[in-house]
Amino acid sequence: MGAADGPHTYDVAIIGAGVVGAAIARELSTYELRTVVLEAGHDVGTGTSKANTAIRHTGFDAKPGSLEAALLERAYPLLSDYAARTGIPLETPGALLVAWSSDQLARIDALRIQARANGCHDVQVVSTEGIYAAEPNLGPGALGGLAVPGEGIVCPFTMPLAFAIEAVTNGVQIELDTAVQSIERGAGAYELATSRGRVRARWVVNAAGLSSDLVDRMMGHERFTIHPRRGQLIVFDKLARPLVSSILLPVPTPVSKGVLIAPTVFGNVLLGPTAEELDDRTGTQTTRQGLDDLLAKGRTILPALVEEEVTATYAGLRAATEHSDYQIHCDPAQRYVCVGGIRSTGLSAAMGIAAHVADLLQDAGLVLRRAAVHREVRMRPIGESQRRLFRDHDAIAARPDYGEIVCFCERVTRGEVLDALVGPLPARSTDGLRRRTRAGLGRCQGFYCSATLSALLNDRREPPLAPSRHEDELVVSQTPRTR
Amino acid sequence: MITPAHRAHRAGIVRQVDALIVGGGPAGLAASLALRDAGVHVALIERERSLGGIPRHSRHTGYGVRDLHRVLSGPAYAAHYATLAERAGVDIHLTTTATDWSAEGHLITTSPSGVQHWAAKAVLLATGCRERPRSARLVPGDRPAGVLTTGTLQQLAHLFHLPIGERAIVVGAEHVSFSAVHTLLSHGVAVAAVVTDQPASQSYALLRALAFGRHRLPLYVSTDVVAISGSERVRAVELEDRRSRARWSVPCDTVVFTGGWVPDYELARTRPVAMAGPHPRVDQWLRTARPGFFAAGNLVHAAEPADVCALGGRHAARSIVQYLTYGEWPDDGAELLASDPFVWVHPSRLTSTRERPTRGRLLTRVRHFLGPGVIELVQADRVLHAVRRHRLVPNRSISVALPASLRVDLAAGPVELRWRPGALRPPGNDLSVPSPVLQVGVQRERRRQGNGWP
Repeated sequence: MGAADGPHTYDVAIIGAGVVGAAIARELSTYELRTVVLEAGHDVGTGTSKANTAIRHTGFDAKPGSLEAALLERAYPLLSDYAARTGIPLETPGALLVAWSSDQLARIDALRIQARANGCHDVQVVSTEGIYAAEPNLGPGALGGLAVPGEGIVCPFTMPLAFAIEAVTNGVQIELDTAVQSIERGAGAYELATSRGRVRARWVVNAAGLSSDLVDRMMGHERFTIHPRRGQLIVFDKLARPLVSSILLPVPTPVSKGVLIAPTVFGNVLLGPTAEELDDRTGTQTTRQGLDDLLAKGRTILPALVEEEVTATYAGLRAATEHSDYQIHCDPAQRYVCVGGIRSTGLSAAMGIAAHVADLLQDAGLVLRRAAVHREVRMRPIGESQRRLFRDHDAIAARPDYGEIVCFCERVTRGEVLDALVGPLPARSTDGLRRRTRAGLGRCQGFYCSATLSALLNDRREPPLAPSRHEDELVVSQTPRTR
Repeated sequence: MITPAHRAHRAGIVRQVDALIVGGGPAGLAASLALRDAGVHVALIERERSLGGIPRHSRHTGYGVRDLHRVLSGPAYAAHYATLAERAGVDIHLTTTATDWSAEGHLITTSPSGVQHWAAKAVLLATGCRERPRSARLVPGDRPAGVLTTGTLQQLAHLFHLPIGERAIVVGAEHVSFSAVHTLLSHGVAVAAVVTDQPASQSYALLRALAFGRHRLPLYVSTDVVAISGSERVRAVELEDRRSRARWSVPCDTVVFTGGWVPDYELARTRPVAMAGPHPRVDQWLRTARPGFFAAGNLVHAAEPADVCALGGRHAARSIVQYLTYGEWPDDGAELLASDPFVWVHPSRLTSTRERPTRGRLLTRVRHFLGPGVIELVQADRVLHAVRRHRLVPNRSISVALPASLRVDLAAGPVELRWRPGALRPPGNDLSVPSPVLQVGVQRERRRQGNGWP
């Protein structure tokens, strides 16, 4: 093992490669730093980041003056710009907040004022007629509402992948299947014991999502406890897509944003989430009760929706805490930044959080020098608003396997599947393939394609991660430089 | 590499054909053969790399009885039709997926040679059906690997020779379920249980015996799968008895959801053609409500055996030839509606008193076990036709031979398919007993069941 500043000591270790950890890694990759990301899961973005409503929030209903509100506002233009540059599927159909009772209607104006305080000046109160003109398929009983044009939808899979691939391309090391077990403060650097060996780093950033409180405790703090809040969701068939034109939000309560109906960037319609307090940090099961509740709510909001086929059901856990705001703390003396309690706005705020963390690190004494060279990435278009490869005659002319559709429901081509199996952060499982290409996510749920996908994956599967060559050191593999 | 096909596209060339068939399964292939025989310029597109559809990966025997008058295995049956179509000179396009309709109504396809627009005087949709997956059945719990449908299972086993698991539960107890059991057992997978929400198996005892062989398998009836657990891989399935509400857990690493057929109606619904429940509404000559658009096979009756689909394809070909010759499209007709306990009925519209449906029969399904009683066709309180049945089994094909001249009044509103429970010998004056005239019709119909050209 080298000295504290030896060749195997990183400047920063980020714990967690969810959307927040990946965004921080990307941000730090723009500086001359040696950064490692330690992810317990099999892939990036496999926790809360992959199982949520995929809404890109403006923060119109955030608590004015809160860190969450500030970072959502900071993130908004950053993400718009970044998504356009890298090809992350992002659409801005706007949201319609619908009041279904006179109590709710009475709160619309307060929400309008709150939205303005949060910098959303384009919100507008909508009359009953206006609501039905905008969304003719709404169930009976809508009284009025608030239009929030800035609300959008985003691909929750592509976003952390784009961040992570850009980070890797610019020299960040991402170690998967690497759970941090303990953290010791050595001379000049931390030593992190992981399930795959030891890692030395001078600074630690905790972006461990549902485990962020546990990591915070490893660092000697007792500031918050994660209370996982489960959200179950139902994804409806693409044939339901014409039923809605914008995101249909309920009037939020202090506990939850409530059950919404939203189009997805893949052209489906999503109904959810539930809000259930759990103790179990792995409790991502769906339940009969939860699904029935959602269907009942869906039937009221958009009756025609529940007549369509269900494509998928899933559940995710939001990293809620006893506090209402994000738990972002910097301890300069410890060379430690904690980014916890990012409960339901992680996708929307990730880039703002990353920029904020870079500021905190710099203020705390980490020297940030812009890297001379920084490469951006370009993700393959998998959103419905983008020009998909199967529709791109010239791309198929150049590479005929972009014309062989293997996932018929989602129109994913053999070429795209093969691409996802190579390069930085390749897919290592059918789930990984799904998140990179959409293959298998569609209405048949693999009836036609899952056998083909398994075969392709079997042919191209990487050898299992090499065990560490040194007993107590995580060996750095070659950083890919392609793409 | 720029191929001629790519250049053709750049020049904005729309490929013109008389008949375009979407889907190279039994229905599409049989239709293409019959159309070639009639001298029609026909193109067939198939999204997979090979022709044949679902029979390709269904190893058991029993294919070809009604259409080819012999018994073949699924793959042999698929290969037989594929060879005939190639020999007949059908313009076949493999790995070609229909994706959209253009504003002009042209079908847009993607294939390794590029994006292509097709203009056809007649389009036959023969896109088949698939099994409803776990998610659409809203089975709660974890979402681990190892949850399959019969289709996926048989592709894994037969086409790709990939490992399946060690211990499986089969959900469903209809014919296809025992096909799944057979595949599992022949690949060394133990079958822990067969589970059905119905009060009895819906397959033939013989099929069950063939599938089970020497193995003794528990069949749980009136039982629901209420949860699946397991983190990476399925660990157990929780079952609930509908009668006693008792719950228990069965350890397994594989769950196969079988049956629950959903027609692949996306192309039909995006054009769009009118629907009758999950199927495009078609008349007895397989015409949809949109002129020039035909539908056949399991897209219009999900799911019937392959030979029934092939006969439907032939029937559609006859209908297409008539349309291409005379250009007529019926605009009147009576809707045929399935009322509870019937789930659907095919055909779903009657447009002529002369033209007969495929095999002279209507096809239907029931929700639950019934019998004895009478199946009736009723129009404006008038019983047009009635047949007695001892027993109707859910998830199993029910076909009703129609008399040669069904006295339908095309202007008198919808015809309803009804079930009247009761003893097999109805009271003497009951109008619902088939009249002698109708009986004669049935006789004549039986004699004419050659299934080929008239």
